[in-house]
Amino acid sequence: MTTNAQTEVGFHARQHGRWHWSEFAFWIVVLAVGLAFPSRYLIMTEILRLALFALSLDLILGYAGIVSLGHAAFFGVGAYCAGLLSVHGLINEPVLALIVAGLAATVLGFATSFLVIRGADLTRLMVTLGIALLMEALAERFSNITGGTDGLQGIDIQPIFGVFAFDMFGKTGFFYALAVLFVLFLLARMIVHSPFGLSLRAIKNNPLRAAAIGIPVNKRLIAIYTVAAFYAGIAGALFTQTTALASLDVFSFERSADLVLMLVIGGSGYLYGGLIGAAVFRMLQELFQWITPQYWMFWIGLVLVVIVLVGRHRIHAYALWLPNLVLRQIAGRKAAVALTDNEAP
Amino acid sequence: MTAILTNLFDGVAYGMLLFVLACGLAVTLGLMNFVNLAHGAFAMAGGYVCAVLVNRVGWPFFAALPLAFVASAVIGALLERTLYQHLYARSHLDQVLFSIGLVFMTVATVDYIMGSSRIFIKLPEILQGQFDIFGVGIGRYRLMIIVICGLLTVGLQLVLSKTRFGSRLRAAVDDPRAASGLGINVPQVFAFTFAFGCGLAGLGGALSAEILGLDPYFPLKFMIYFLIVVTVGGSSSITGPFLASLLLGVADVAGKYYVPKLGPFVIYTIMIVILIWRPNGLFGRTATR
Repeated sequence: MTTNAQTEVGFHARQHGRWHWSEFAFWIVVLAVGLAFPSRYLIMTEILRLALFALSLDLILGYAGIVSLGHAAFFGVGAYCAGLLSVHGLINEPVLALIVAGLAATVLGFATSFLVIRGADLTRLMVTLGIALLMEALAERFSNITGGTDGLQGIDIQPIFGVFAFDMFGKTGFFYALAVLFVLFLLARMIVHSPFGLSLRAIKNNPLRAAAIGIPVNKRLIAIYTVAAFYAGIAGALFTQTTALASLDVFSFERSADLVLMLVIGGSGYLYGGLIGAAVFRMLQELFQWITPQYWMFWIGLVLVVIVLVGRHRIHAYALWLPNLVLRQIAGRKAAVALTDNEAP
Repeated sequence: MTAILTNLFDGVAYGMLLFVLACGLAVTLGLMNFVNLAHGAFAMAGGYVCAVLVNRVGWPFFAALPLAFVASAVIGALLERTLYQHLYARSHLDQVLFSIGLVFMTVATVDYIMGSSRIFIKLPEILQGQFDIFGVGIGRYRLMIIVICGLLTVGLQLVLSKTRFGSRLRAAVDDPRAASGLGINVPQVFAFTFAFGCGLAGLGGALSAEILGLDPYFPLKFMIYFLIVVTVGGSSSITGPFLASLLLGVADVAGKYYVPKLGPFVIYTIMIVILIWRPNGLFGRTATR
């Protein structure tokens, strides 16, 4: 019986883990968009960074059910780490610096994960928020190192592998960010479809039951939180490397809040949510800034309120209605896309 | 020595103020289990109402204070009836998103109407300056805050423990189903409590313009302070949040005075340590619902 169940589970897990044709289509579209709008590299790079950041939150929110309001802490650590490495000329190779910055965030993630797994939702919210505020206060305190509100001065990013120099149009930056995002996306995809990822879903659905069938809940949560911190750190480092900026606002609360909004727009728990959400969010932001340059925050707030009041599931159903209608016409009933995620607690 | 006492006095005044600002949140977050990050927005509303009345219309300060309370309470009641009540049963994530959205909207709206600079409320002569008692400098304004907030605290405690409404509220919080079975109109009790909490926040906002500073970013800047009061104080009674606010007030003032370079670092560290040590707050009950 057990072997039966095991093979059954394994079969379904593998089925789930296979690449769907729509995923290929997604990445082809991304690459095509990148090639099609050479004058928009800067904003597209920004979307890619946000996407990586949102992917990081999706790993803990969508797969492990940890609500975090302080994810900017890791973003900020990654950003400052990459900036400092460059300013002091410690590591000049961007890719290596990227990884080191990611690892720095990982260390912080691992250290704080023990605080986060304690307590229920509310305590988690508070602790994550507190950690981000703490990092911000620290960065302000040591403004001789971090440059304070003015930001780090003199960040100069060397060419990637000594070959591809960052140009002022952001072309290198864009393809660099795209490559990093894709590689990390593949990694995330492997993680969530592995037995480890499945156990996370079990924990998210019911931690008590998960513990009862022998899943070490706390260890798994620590692990995924640490991995997410690595991702956020890389996103932060990418931010610094592609903009040559790092200032106090990398830790800001708005950054964490916007991140949650992105994931909510895109939907959590299927990895692409963060990527789509980041793109939609950035477009919305651009639109709002175009309507009322100073008060775009109002519209972002309105979007949040409307999303919650209408209900996240219903919004996604509406958004998918037209694509599904088209898909059904072309490829028959089965091709319809549906989000089956049972979203966070 | 006198510096210590003066700091202590300022800290107590600050703490009292935080308590009035946050005790409404203690009910919504602590008792009704609703994560309302927008609580500061109600406080800001009260502050701005008071500022407009005093500075532009020319009302006396003490007449504008009750109106700050009423205005915030009315806004709170309206929002509770129209929006908040639909979200009581939703997940924490939904509540967080909703209230953050509300905060963003308020910040932008106030910025649009009143401008983004800090606002001061003209104080009557009698509240300005300070006097000495045994060499300890006592600010008149802070003394008034301590008196008002102290009276409010005693009043709240009495209402909660002695009156019929207080027992209804406690029943509704302890077990909403049983309470409604006994004929208590639970939604009404919650709505009234919510509105009253918002009103208190509005009053606190009006009082805090002088001490905390009032600008459109008020709800974001002080959100964490309100949350600390509630989560650290727990929710079993209003004594918990009260003690937590005093602790926070004194620690913050002392921290800024003695180790100014560390800034808010002290507060956040204390909060995280306490939350790790006692996830349900210092004076909390054993299990949150």
